[in-house]
Amino acid sequence: MTHLSRRKLIIGGLATAAGVSGLGVAARLAQRYGLVPPDHGGIYGLGETLTYASQRLLTRHSLAREFSRSQISKRPLVNELAPPSEAFKRLQAGGFADWRLTVDGMVDRPGSFSLAQLKSYPSRSQITMVQCEEGWSYIAEWIGVPLSHVLDAVGVQPQARYVVYFSIEPDWWESIDMTDALHPQTFLTYGMNGDELPVGNGGPLRLRVARQLGYKSVKFITHMTVTDSLKKFGKGLGSASPEGGYAWYAGI
Amino acid sequence: MATSESVDAPLVVHIPSSAPAVPTVTSRHCALVRVTHWITTLCFLALLVTGVEILISHPRFYWGETGNVLTTPLFQLPIPSSRNLVQTGYGYVLPDQNGWSRYLHFQAAWIVILTGLLYAIYGFVAGHFRKNLLPDKADLSWRALSRTIAGHLRFARPTEAEFWSYNVLQRLSYLLVIFVLFPLVIWTGLAMSPAFVSAFPATVNALGGQQSARTLHFFVSLALVLFLLVHVVMVCVAGFRSRMRAMITGRAGTYKERT
Repeated sequence: MTHLSRRKLIIGGLATAAGVSGLGVAARLAQRYGLVPPDHGGIYGLGETLTYASQRLLTRHSLAREFSRSQISKRPLVNELAPPSEAFKRLQAGGFADWRLTVDGMVDRPGSFSLAQLKSYPSRSQITMVQCEEGWSYIAEWIGVPLSHVLDAVGVQPQARYVVYFSIEPDWWESIDMTDALHPQTFLTYGMNGDELPVGNGGPLRLRVARQLGYKSVKFITHMTVTDSLKKFGKGLGSASPEGGYAWYAGI
Repeated sequence: MATSESVDAPLVVHIPSSAPAVPTVTSRHCALVRVTHWITTLCFLALLVTGVEILISHPRFYWGETGNVLTTPLFQLPIPSSRNLVQTGYGYVLPDQNGWSRYLHFQAAWIVILTGLLYAIYGFVAGHFRKNLLPDKADLSWRALSRTIAGHLRFARPTEAEFWSYNVLQRLSYLLVIFVLFPLVIWTGLAMSPAFVSAFPATVNALGGQQSARTLHFFVSLALVLFLLVHVVMVCVAGFRSRMRAMITGRAGTYKERT
């Protein structure tokens, strides 16, 4: 052992110790500031956490790109859909007059909203892109009420961290953090391209999450729960997507 | 920082104390270059396999902002797809592999980017880029270049100088991969992320749109695959065992042994 290699050994040991304790501190800070996704366990947890944490640090308040009216896709794509359930068909037969959105969980005034009620709230529109994780995309005008408006109406409690939302169709549910839930472009969408939202695109009610891939924008929304933990929903991975092998966070 | 052990030209070790100072050539590639090389190799293969899996869910390419099965593609690959939505002419649909492929694609991307950053910092600080990759002015003349190219086309054995140091074509192609293709593949990849471009819209607008970014990502990846193939062929021409040993252990053996 020469003098040089002993010095290297000591420096290396110190660097490793600093690195390990640094990682520990980083993990704690990340947990505290909501930078760890619910599907952080398992072999892909490292990549998922790095992606979610860095995108949260970089994009907390950024707006999804909006496009001009002339860029709206001439024929918006209707993705493959499983045949509708009996429950959906019954409501559809009634012109969706009895469609309700219930909001509960960590809120002061749990509520149930008809489509007419949602439409009576201030309406907003955005011309944004839907991107599918498969690679295709289209641009449409989306009309609805910002989710933040409805969350204000029910009074979200301060300890809330996520909004979990469910389709009328079975096993179709997702969740987003409060950053995306309160984001000005996150809409409860009931209109598209100046018209009603077609059933093929999620009508009568779809939650549009503009800064994430299409699969986070669940169609046929009937129920929402505000929560501080995703552990008690499904397998505790955050949504149906990680249970089917897809990432919970879909900003990339 | 630029001490003698941090370059990957032949390393001259001075045996300490009373031993006679006989220079012994021991290392063709330094440890940092070897470790980052193999991490990058593993990540690249993971990115390639998962990239192909993601690609087959929609083997059509477009230019501009949007594209889907209702719009005209720039081109479509003549391969089957893992989705019903895409008409491929094949009578079957491949199984969906996008879930784990996307997970692994991004994980490998993170590891290769962090590894690449470490390598780039080392390359600049220790003078690896300047000493080992920047070509000599003399080698860049047309005569010298065409002589080297002719040698490669004949699959000539490496000269002794090439055995210990990169020739001009190697230097140029490594610089192209490190400073052009890798940055481009990272850029075009990030330009497909809806959240990333919400914070940095110029990164996708400069490429002509999100679908253009996807198409460019495909072509840059193809260029990297082409590099990988030529790289492996040249390693075989130069002597597979000796070159592999040099990149794994650092020891290249002697030139005589090879020729």
